Amino acid sequence: MTEAATRVAVESRTAISLVDGDIHIQPANRLDFGRYMTAHWRRHLETFGGRGPGGASYPRANKYAARSDSYPPNGKPPGSDLDFLRHQLLDTWNIDIGVLNPLLGAGGQRNLEFGAALATAINEWQFAEWLDPEPRLRGSVVVEYEDGELAAEEIHRVGDDPRLVHVLLSIRTAEPMGRRKYWPMYEAAVAHDLPVGVHFGGSGGSPITGTGFPSFYIEDHAGMPTVFQSQVISLVCEGVFERFPDLKIVLIEGGFGWLPSLMWRLDEAYGRLREEVPALRRLPSEYIREHFWITTQPMEEPPRVTQLERLLDQLNMNDRLMFATDYPHWDFDAPDHAIPGRLPADLKAAIRAENAVRLYGLRPAEA
Amino acid sequence: MIDCDVHNSVPSLPALYPYLSEHWVEYCRQSAFGGPADSAYPAHAPTSVGPLWRGAKPAPGTSAGAVVEQLLDPLGVELAILNCVYAVESIHNPDTAAAMSAAVNDWQIAEWLDADHRFRASVVVPSAQPEMAAREIERAAADRRFVQVLLPVRSAMPYGNRHYHPIFEAAERHGLAVGLHFGGAPGNPPTGAGWPSYYLEEYAGMAQIFQTQILSMISEGLFDRFPDLRIACIEGGFTWLPSLLWRIDKEWKGLRRDVPWVREEPSHYVHKHMRFTTRPLDAPPDPGGLADVIDDIGAEGMLLFATDYPHWHFDRIEDAIPAALPERLRAGILRDNARVFYGL
Repeated sequence: MTEAATRVAVESRTAISLVDGDIHIQPANRLDFGRYMTAHWRRHLETFGGRGPGGASYPRANKYAARSDSYPPNGKPPGSDLDFLRHQLLDTWNIDIGVLNPLLGAGGQRNLEFGAALATAINEWQFAEWLDPEPRLRGSVVVEYEDGELAAEEIHRVGDDPRLVHVLLSIRTAEPMGRRKYWPMYEAAVAHDLPVGVHFGGSGGSPITGTGFPSFYIEDHAGMPTVFQSQVISLVCEGVFERFPDLKIVLIEGGFGWLPSLMWRLDEAYGRLREEVPALRRLPSEYIREHFWITTQPMEEPPRVTQLERLLDQLNMNDRLMFATDYPHWDFDAPDHAIPGRLPADLKAAIRAENAVRLYGLRPAEA
Repeated sequence: MIDCDVHNSVPSLPALYPYLSEHWVEYCRQSAFGGPADSAYPAHAPTSVGPLWRGAKPAPGTSAGAVVEQLLDPLGVELAILNCVYAVESIHNPDTAAAMSAAVNDWQIAEWLDADHRFRASVVVPSAQPEMAAREIERAAADRRFVQVLLPVRSAMPYGNRHYHPIFEAAERHGLAVGLHFGGAPGNPPTGAGWPSYYLEEYAGMAQIFQTQILSMISEGLFDRFPDLRIACIEGGFTWLPSLLWRIDKEWKGLRRDVPWVREEPSHYVHKHMRFTTRPLDAPPDPGGLADVIDDIGAEGMLLFATDYPHWHFDRIEDAIPAALPERLRAGILRDNARVFYGL
């Protein structure tokens, strides 16, 4: 670990110079969510537990897909202990603001009402156990995204709390994200001026690929960008951005190397097939550059840094890239390594903090 | 010039009757079976037939004469590889799918390969039934004018899966390439998030299925098991390839324990065993940009010229060769890469 990394911040800061756009937390025990539920749903949680469509069952690199060193000294699971997260992540790396993305199964439950109750419980747990005690953290509006109305209700319930910075979905939805069943959720997000963040993972019932289930975790992990691509195509082609001109989408942990070629391909195909999608009034790439933000982890690593620079030129979205670590997962991106030093200083500053500050309207934590 | 993606299409099921047994002819007549109904190309979609050929008589791709007159002669094509996308994989009855495949192949021999010496063809197989597909490969491979086995890129399982080994084993044994081609109708949704609404989405999204198949073939160790296997990715684009290779090379560093048989960086397998046709081009808007993308692929000689006749990629025959292709690579792309890859 570098000297910079081990230095613990002591001076108080007034500006935000590093934002982590993707931090994962979990309770020591899922049954803990029962404390934030009605008696009925607490009993349901204890009796049946969560039941999703499954289909993401690969033995992953590590338990919880976590870094081996991310277990708190008290032996609880990675990302379950605020003090240890403060120490290992926020203090060690001088992170000014960290965005929590609790991926805890609320979306994509087969029992949608249970999914909504679980989402509510997770949000209350987030407030009580993370956001209230730690001013550097921001949270997500967790929703049962497979029911647009239920998701909208939860967004209306908590969406005005300034500490919640986006609505959180997993990328593997049951239907492509542009379809109308999801529109009430987008309408609510826009009404509360919240972006919609879509994170790696989930399980909507379809195989992860357009050609069935692969055999190995490496395919699941390396293949997730194909689902991100499908969702970008869907959101654009369904005219979602014509219907919701203020909708902002954050792609989290999906990479971005694939996005330039997707824009070229979509623009070319749209040129020939536009008759089919009369709702669109602009080139697909124009909607993409206007409505999408992207977190950097896992950082694209072409063999030469000049290729990364070329990729950033092709992407032409320097004001949309936001640094993220994906703590405590095994493929953590370290703030001092992930963004190559030779990129221009203003671009690095934009990626490390400014783009996220602008999108989320972040203010420095008050001590 | 070698055109690596030319579409010949079965005009109607009765055109295959001379190549089907009495049993199957009767079966088709009695059941009013019209052949595979699924098509990756809606008949009147603008992409399915370019303006250059729309309304042409005879209908584009329906006879050897049509292709010679509409493509080979005007463009000066020396060799054309026929890819007949007849969606036999969408026929769930395995025996029917196998019978249809064999009939299509015999029809290709009689009405295409024998009609013009410039044609080469792809073996149509019942790809959902690997053992039966392997038998059809055995049968067709006797005619050396078949240069590859054609697999629709959409399948019920990723092709690296052991289930499909018999197909690759047979292809390798007979020295045939395997062409993964746009389309297919296996019944499962074409995205990891279910069925999209529009053909535009399916068309643009086909690139993701190619990506998935490449990840599968590498991760399953297909190229160690079949070291002489050659895979052509046809009509799926290639400008997405650099980012896929960067990603899988990076993942392999972290997760190679998962797939210990993958002994080299994944991109090496792609460089060695795979090639990509040039249409659709999906090029960056800036004219010099395509050279950068080709450079990012990380190896020379990866591209094979194709018109994708009669699908719509250009409006004038003079534009069949994309102007954006770097001059330095032209001879390879237009001819030499294909000659080496297919052993023509």
